[in-house]
Amino acid sequence: MTYIKKPIFRHPSLPTNEIGLTYRDYEGVVSTLCAGCGHDSITASIIDACYELSLPAHKIAKLSGIGCSSKTPNYFLNNAHGFNSVHGRMPSVATGANLANRDLVYIGVSGDGDTASIGLGQYCHAIRRQLNLTYICENNGTYGLTKGQFSATNDKESKNKKGLDNPFGAIDLAIMAIELGAGFVARSFSGDKEQLVPLLKSALQYNGFSFIDVISPCVTFNNHGYSTKSYDYIREHRSLFGELDFIPEEETINTSYAEGETVTIKLHNGNDISFKKLGADHDPTDPHKVLNTLRNNRSDGKVTTGLLYVDPDKSDLHDTLNTSSKPLNSLSMNDLCPGGEELEEINNQFR
Amino acid sequence: MMKPTDTKNPNYYHKVVDCQWACPAHTPVPEYIRLIAQRKYTEAYMINWESNVFPGVLGRTCDRPCEPACRRVRVEEEPVAICRLKRAAADNKSDVSSLLPEIPSKKNGKKIALIGGGPASLTVARDLMPLGYDCTVYEKDPKAGGLMRTNIPSFRLPVGVIDEEVDRILDFGVVKKFNEEVKSLKSIIQQDYDAIFIGTGAPKGKDLDIPGREEASSNIHVGIDWLTSVAFKHVDKIGKKVVVIGGGNTAMDCCRTSLRLGGKDVKVTVRSPKADMKASDWEIEEAELEGIPIFDNHSPKEFVHENGKLKGVLFEKMEAKYKDGKRKLIPTGETIFFECDDVLLAIGQENAFPWIERDIGIEFNQWNQPEVNKVTFQSTLPRVFFGGDAAWGPENIIWAVAHGHQAAISIDHFCNNKDLEDRPSPLTNLVSQKMGIHEWSYPNDISNSDRFAVPHAEKELSLTDLNMEVELGYDEKLAFEEAQRCLNCDIQTVFSESLCIECDACVDICPIDCINFTQNDTEENLRKKLTVPALNLSQDILVSDNLKTGRVMVKDEDMCLHCGLCAERCPTGAWDMQKFTYIEAHADKSSIFEYVE
Ligand SMILES: Cc1cc2nc3c(=O)[nH]c(=O)nc-3n(C[C@H](O)[C@H](O)[C@H](O)COP(=O)(O)OP(=O)(O)OC[C@H]3O[C@@H](n4cnc5c(N)ncnc54)[C@H](O)[C@@H]3O)c2cc1C
Ligand SMILES: Cc1ncc(C[n+]2csc(CCOP(=O)(O)OP(=O)(O)O)c2C)c(N)n1
Ligand code: SF4
Ligand code: SF4
Ligand code: SF4
Ligand SMILES: [Mg+2]
Repeated sequence: MTYIKKPIFRHPSLPTNEIGLTYRDYEGVVSTLCAGCGHDSITASIIDACYELSLPAHKIAKLSGIGCSSKTPNYFLNNAHGFNSVHGRMPSVATGANLANRDLVYIGVSGDGDTASIGLGQYCHAIRRQLNLTYICENNGTYGLTKGQFSATNDKESKNKKGLDNPFGAIDLAIMAIELGAGFVARSFSGDKEQLVPLLKSALQYNGFSFIDVISPCVTFNNHGYSTKSYDYIREHRSLFGELDFIPEEETINTSYAEGETVTIKLHNGNDISFKKLGADHDPTDPHKVLNTLRNNRSDGKVTTGLLYVDPDKSDLHDTLNTSSKPLNSLSMNDLCPGGEELEEINNQFR
Repeated sequence: MMKPTDTKNPNYYHKVVDCQWACPAHTPVPEYIRLIAQRKYTEAYMINWESNVFPGVLGRTCDRPCEPACRRVRVEEEPVAICRLKRAAADNKSDVSSLLPEIPSKKNGKKIALIGGGPASLTVARDLMPLGYDCTVYEKDPKAGGLMRTNIPSFRLPVGVIDEEVDRILDFGVVKKFNEEVKSLKSIIQQDYDAIFIGTGAPKGKDLDIPGREEASSNIHVGIDWLTSVAFKHVDKIGKKVVVIGGGNTAMDCCRTSLRLGGKDVKVTVRSPKADMKASDWEIEEAELEGIPIFDNHSPKEFVHENGKLKGVLFEKMEAKYKDGKRKLIPTGETIFFECDDVLLAIGQENAFPWIERDIGIEFNQWNQPEVNKVTFQSTLPRVFFGGDAAWGPENIIWAVAHGHQAAISIDHFCNNKDLEDRPSPLTNLVSQKMGIHEWSYPNDISNSDRFAVPHAEKELSLTDLNMEVELGYDEKLAFEEAQRCLNCDIQTVFSESLCIECDACVDICPIDCINFTQNDTEENLRKKLTVPALNLSQDILVSDNLKTGRVMVKDEDMCLHCGLCAERCPTGAWDMQKFTYIEAHADKSSIFEYVE
């Protein structure tokens, strides 16, 4: 663990965003994770995404469960709201918070253990309800914090560090999310910020449930030669599934990816996602095709990354329940108390 | 495509140590600063002594080219007080006599004449005496030290400090021919010296030939001669109203000395705008703190006198016009008269060699300057070497020392029939500082403090006493605090591509965004495409060999804080913090490694 504080000195020519902040204003405390942990790169990408979107930290809530991954909200956005809940329970806390205050941007950080084992039920229902949350699963195929047991996302053929076989098959959280009706589903790799940052930006701006499965190597317990979630393995077996740019309003951002046919998808809230198709079959709005590709790639030993699926027209939980359009903490006595006459009328309906 | 950086070239890492690179004598600055923080003042002093011979003097007076170069200036505003920390080492050290080189009682049979007893000659003696040379110093003044003694006023540099550091060298057994002005080089050459070093400085102060100069000459003084007279106590007072003409450090010393010798209304005048004054910022600041006004854009026209009695100086106001980056001073026609009792001229100095015969084989160029080899310091007469201000005109003490070290190497080669162009290589070393997983044997938790000011003596007292030192120096606590500001630029970030797994941990932690993983390209393009573009071309970029993904690691050395976080966050040890020691080669073998932690 690093004991010293990160020096306050920053590069004098560091750029600032629309609200006058540098990316360093979006940092948290210095990470206590193992050196080289993929989770730290995801932290850096979240910082970049929030910085690039010029989000004010006090309008963000970061929530997590338990695990190395779930510790990371402490390492970004020092000035955001935060809740480190119990194991697997981040979605419940996020649901409560979101219903109470719909104006915040919700970032949920979880691990593969936290999501695919103890929290699987919570995960499913948050999707089913279309909670307006960006759910990030920092997926390393292991329980890092408890020293390297197999998690439910670890591939069957992926042995543990000591060479022991994994008796069970893997749950694919992204496939599951599409099947359960999530509106925005992506997969990425902690080691590719060029892909991850635009995905995070789009997910954060998506109104509804967005899920990003980020393969994030555990250098200490799952980065060995038999692992299918190591840096080397992912770099060798990754297949890119479309490339994307998040475009607020009309401005164009260039990514460094090769040219392809570009499709622009208009989101509910007016923002655009520009999407470069890599193959003729590739249509991120068609869940059947997407699921097919994902399954085929998987049996070919490929790890599909990119924006997998998006439904631009999904409604979120607040729409479904027709809740208050304002955060609860902003409702005044007048909003909450209809007055004697009104109350009498309501009561009469039930007499 | 850039090739992987050759870090085996000693200049690569040396350049990263900005202060040491900028120091003419290449003093290992961060090493002595760390020793000061550990209260190892004697060791800190000896590292300095080996490099620059006069740490006590330089810790008070050095022109400090290291400070504008200091990395701290790039990441915040003020450099580390490198110079004043040197003084703290000198002030707090214990007896060093047992640490000095041994002087062989059996001489090597070679005799060297050193003409002039300033820092350049003394450095040559310091380097050659331990090798058994027999050195004789000819000095026209009663004591050695050169301008350090005769021109730098004692309120900046107490005589005791000069005596200590000059005598240390003389006590090596140097033969002293003091009060002996050399009037003919031929007469020296005719003696049996194996080599002759000319370190006579730039002793001639420039004069100002305007009307009234001759008539009023009894109250118009050439600054450096006047300061010498003050140093040797031949002069102990000056008129109430004094005008100092000139904008360099000599002018600053003249005006401040005048205040202490009875001047009440002392002014400094310069021809150019104030921003272009030659004097160091800190010298100007000290003069202004003592209440001396500086009138810029004032060009002297006439010394006004009544029957030879000086009444004042008439100036014409100038205006600076800039065209194509070039400055031109245009007379405005407006004149100003400053009444005064005395004038001090501080408009420059020159070297001059009326005592060197022009038919003995020493060639002089069209400006009447000797032809001296920039590397070997040899003149066109092989036995004769030049150094210090005598070589190419006035510089400063640290350059005189640097010249002296190089000339000593040449003289040693010359006396041993070795090729003079074959210069000895520096000693270098690179050692890991890793002590534990996140522990380093250097203080990486750097201080955010602003530069600490050096305490000053009370102005009322120091202005009445020529010998009272104005600066009191850092006490131990302040020295410690200031030392913590040093970024340890000699602790290098050493990268081993074979260990790198490209996990980005270093990129993510680096507080100053100097690390990048990217596709290789030309230097120009690489510099442009870094996370924060590397636009400071005076600083190198470190480029690795190809990594597994085909990318390269590119680090911009410009802003690196040497905080070691990249190495702490690297899971494989691909980054390591390693101390680079660079010791300039001297004729006398260095023992700096004995003091290095
Ligand atoms: C007023 C003033 C203030 C200065 N302040 C600083 C300062 O704060 N910091 C700094 O770094 N530098 C300062 N300098 C410059 C610095 O003093 C010189 O650059 C430095 O001393 C040069 O060293 P040197 O050995 O080449 O010559 P010098 O120091 O000039 O020594 C030459 C010696 O040779 C002797 N000599 C000359 N001719 C003969 C002869 N024919 N026979 C015998 N002896 C002879 C002279 O008497 C003198 O002692 C200052 C200079 C002046 C004028
Ligand atoms: C209720 C409960 N059960 C079990 C644990 C023990 N535990 C802590 S973290 C963890 C697994 C974390 O795995 P993951 O979510 O993948 O996080 P990682 O450390 O791999 O990032 C477990 C089982 C716990 N803290 N609480
Ligand atoms: S144990 Fe694994 S997941 Fe946890 S911090 Fe270490 S490398 Fe990361
Ligand atoms: S920070 Fe320290 S080592 Fe770096 S240039 Fe300044 S004094 Fe030298
Ligand atoms: S030492 Fe490493 S982490 Fe620190 S500033 Fe330099 S490159 Fe960045
Ligand atoms: Mg895990």
